[in-house]
Amino acid sequence: MAKDILFEIGLEELPARFVDSAEQQLKEKTTSWLNELRIDFHSINTYSTPRRLAVLIQGVSEEQTTIEEEAKGPAMKIAQDEQGNWTKAAIGFTKGQGASVDDIYVKEIKGTSYIYVKKHVEGKPTEELLPGFKHIIESIQFGKNMRWSTETLRYARPIRWLVALYGSKVIPFELASVRTNNKTYGHRFLSGELTINDPLTYESLLKENYVMVNPKERETEILKGIHQIEEKENISIPVDEDLLNEVRNLVEYPTVFVGSFEEKYLQLPAEVLITSMKEHQRYFPVKTKQGELLPKFVGVRNGDENGIETVVKGNEKVLRARLSDAEFFYEEDQKHSIDFYLEKLQKVVFQEKLGTYSDKVERIVEITKEISSLLQLDKAIEHRAIRAAEISKFDLMTNMVNEFTELQGVMGEKYALIKGEEQEVAQAVREHYLPKQSHGEMPNHVIASVVSVADKLDTIVGCIAIGLMPTGSQDPYALRRQATGILRIAGKNEWNISVEQLLDVALVVYRNSKLAIENPEQVIEKLKEFFQLRAAFLLKEENIEQDVIQAVLEKEIGIFDYTQKKANLLSKKRSDETFKPVEEAFVRILKLANKAETAEVIKNVLETESEKDLYKTYQEIVDAYQHAAINKDAELALDTLSQLADPIHLFFEHNMVMTDDEKVRNNRLGLVKQIAMLIESFADLSLVEWKQHH
Amino acid sequence: MNIQEMILTLQNYWADHQCVLVQAYDVEKGAGTMSPMTLLRSLGPEPWNVAYVEPSRRPADGRYGDNPNRLYQHHQFQVIMKPSPDNIQELYLNSLKQLGIDPLEHDIRFVEDNWENPTLGAAGLGWEVWLDGMEITQFTYFQQIGGLEANPVTVELTYGIERLASYIQDKENVFDLAWNESFTYRDIFYQPEFEHSKYTFEESNTDMLFELFSMYEQEAKSTMEKGLVFPAYDYVLKCSHTFNLLDAKGVISVTERTGYITRIRNLARKIAKAYVDERERLGFPMLKKEDK
Repeated sequence: MAKDILFEIGLEELPARFVDSAEQQLKEKTTSWLNELRIDFHSINTYSTPRRLAVLIQGVSEEQTTIEEEAKGPAMKIAQDEQGNWTKAAIGFTKGQGASVDDIYVKEIKGTSYIYVKKHVEGKPTEELLPGFKHIIESIQFGKNMRWSTETLRYARPIRWLVALYGSKVIPFELASVRTNNKTYGHRFLSGELTINDPLTYESLLKENYVMVNPKERETEILKGIHQIEEKENISIPVDEDLLNEVRNLVEYPTVFVGSFEEKYLQLPAEVLITSMKEHQRYFPVKTKQGELLPKFVGVRNGDENGIETVVKGNEKVLRARLSDAEFFYEEDQKHSIDFYLEKLQKVVFQEKLGTYSDKVERIVEITKEISSLLQLDKAIEHRAIRAAEISKFDLMTNMVNEFTELQGVMGEKYALIKGEEQEVAQAVREHYLPKQSHGEMPNHVIASVVSVADKLDTIVGCIAIGLMPTGSQDPYALRRQATGILRIAGKNEWNISVEQLLDVALVVYRNSKLAIENPEQVIEKLKEFFQLRAAFLLKEENIEQDVIQAVLEKEIGIFDYTQKKANLLSKKRSDETFKPVEEAFVRILKLANKAETAEVIKNVLETESEKDLYKTYQEIVDAYQHAAINKDAELALDTLSQLADPIHLFFEHNMVMTDDEKVRNNRLGLVKQIAMLIESFADLSLVEWKQHH
Repeated sequence: MNIQEMILTLQNYWADHQCVLVQAYDVEKGAGTMSPMTLLRSLGPEPWNVAYVEPSRRPADGRYGDNPNRLYQHHQFQVIMKPSPDNIQELYLNSLKQLGIDPLEHDIRFVEDNWENPTLGAAGLGWEVWLDGMEITQFTYFQQIGGLEANPVTVELTYGIERLASYIQDKENVFDLAWNESFTYRDIFYQPEFEHSKYTFEESNTDMLFELFSMYEQEAKSTMEKGLVFPAYDYVLKCSHTFNLLDAKGVISVTERTGYITRIRNLARKIAKAYVDERERLGFPMLKKEDK
């Protein structure tokens, strides 16, 4: 007879952001635990709310599956002595498996004989094994753990009750001084202690007691409420996915309500209103069908309709206080000039060792100038970029950004426009923070792109110079994301500046500032390594093979969009049969080049036709190759290089490079080296794992 | 319910739940957490339950009595329980019922909020408690205090008295709150709010405050070296408040700022360690009390 199992972990309110992942882990860990135990079951369902994580396993077999297992022992030559008697090793092995030497049989693996026995593993009753679920509970990982009372267990929040039922029977175990039972709790205020007699009634029993244990059901309920309000009031409520996910994990029994605020607050920037509602209060903003913000909001209450007017009134009061603050800040902030705020930046530390925000801004301006000149920007555009750099951080000192930190840049743009800055300059104050995620929105205008790269370079170079290299999950300054941002901006805009050049620019700016960088050579190495990893990360996302990535990044990261093109091309050539002769010629050159001491070729020491011919071809293609490289035409560059393949093959066929004549030998090695350097400037093709077939 | 009744209600409630009632600590401080009744007593293995009202000074929040929500000085009702009881959430929710807040008529939520006070080397995990969307209490399980791991764990409840009162009395402006039947918050606190703001932002003697900071710091150090933990801690509190006054006036430069915070933190750490050592030397007397 199959039975059903229910486990429920009762907790003090879990942080909403942990709930989904915890439920998923519970499902995966329970499934693999049962599989490892060889306990068959029909189905598994998991549930979660802020106060509980639960798993219901239906149709669980009453015993583990009994199995015949084959156990492999020592090799025959160890298991038997010269007389053919079983050795101690063999006897020990059989005993260990609960068998005797009579059970031994022999099998051959790759020419060696080994002894084996058949092992009978009798299935145990499921019930005996279930207390082991304790370790599943302990193994769930959360973003942040805590301790409570005198317990040693570290968990997201304190565990307050445990339900563990096998059919109607309690599975006994104890965790953090909580003993398992068949008692759960309904909604914190609308219900109380409940007894579960049958695991299958779990969902319905809790539903009757104002807890929807299925997060999808809560989500559907919230959406239903939102749609009803939309229809009734003829309005539009755009549903933000992240907010919906968070809100459904903040409540056990959702009731949707609509509230309103004074119309005068609509004069505030929309971003301020939306941040107040969404980020601070977890409300959904409300719009007209045409997309205009309305002085209304939609909230979700944890409970039923009882007293809903009071709840609405309270929430309105809170929002009103926030908006009234915001209104005050908005008016106050506009009373001062941008210079007033810039002066304040002198008092705020960016990073203890990297100085104030004012120092940072100075460096951003210098880096902006250098990048502008490398990009040969029009003077007028350069001036605007410099202005944007100068005022890039002023809004950090405004009341509004102080209160709503998420609005950095957004308020900068608004205030800059009010203070009469040019449109593109103002826009750059907002956009220089982009991209905010690895794949987030990019700066639109060249001015914003330049300032964005300058700001990020300054942070990365400075932080790494003072030893703040990200490790593991520790990346407090988001250096990885910022480096990815730089690569994406430079790549997308097809900037003809190599990553190495950008790093040099920032290092020079630091050197000219009052902050000295210690061990600059070491810092450069670390920076290059760091950017190499970010470049590799981006190329990997384009499905480029690891070996190709290494090959194109080996010498330098270079101009990133060109590096991307080379990587994509090589990724194709890697399995292209027609490329095989070329690849073989190149790899041979690259390997032999290690033996060369110089890349010097003395023309009149060249003896044979084939080596003269190779040298001639090399000289003929060099310019064309460089030209293609400058134009970032990877295909043409490689095609041009490929013209060397036939002469290389003939060269190796007709010449002995490592000849005894030192002068001839060095000259041939010099030729090999020259060609190798040219190939390496494209990519280190010897690192590619070629996959062409014959 | 006026503020006076609220305070009395909370005091009675927590006294009924084994809390020692003490009075506000008589040295200026920014939060109830900084009272030695919390900061020092949550250290070490001795059980400790206490409740008190703490007037808390935040010079930078002073608004000359003009702002309906911001104050130079506000009041916190502080509850400390070590080790944290298993039913602490229930105890807390029942205290709200005592204040006339029926959970069935409201929306009460526990929203994740992790607390950190780098100046005191203290950190904890917990929630801000929302009443119909408004934060009314900070609910924290201390994990670290004065750089030492909290063991057993202390739970701290910090009720924002003015916030709660503005909800209970349905007032938009803190100065309109009824303190008792005949006095409003304005009657009692408007003048000090205005004067403290004026003093903090315009009139304070900067040179004297800098000098005081150094003197207090020196005194804290030398007092601690003599093994006098509580007096030493008083001087740390004085350092902290003096720093807050200087910071609010905007006279502490960047480099100095981090420096000052580090100086206070180092003192707090040493005192935390010294307190635990001293209690250990005394044989953790309150542990024995529990046995009886």
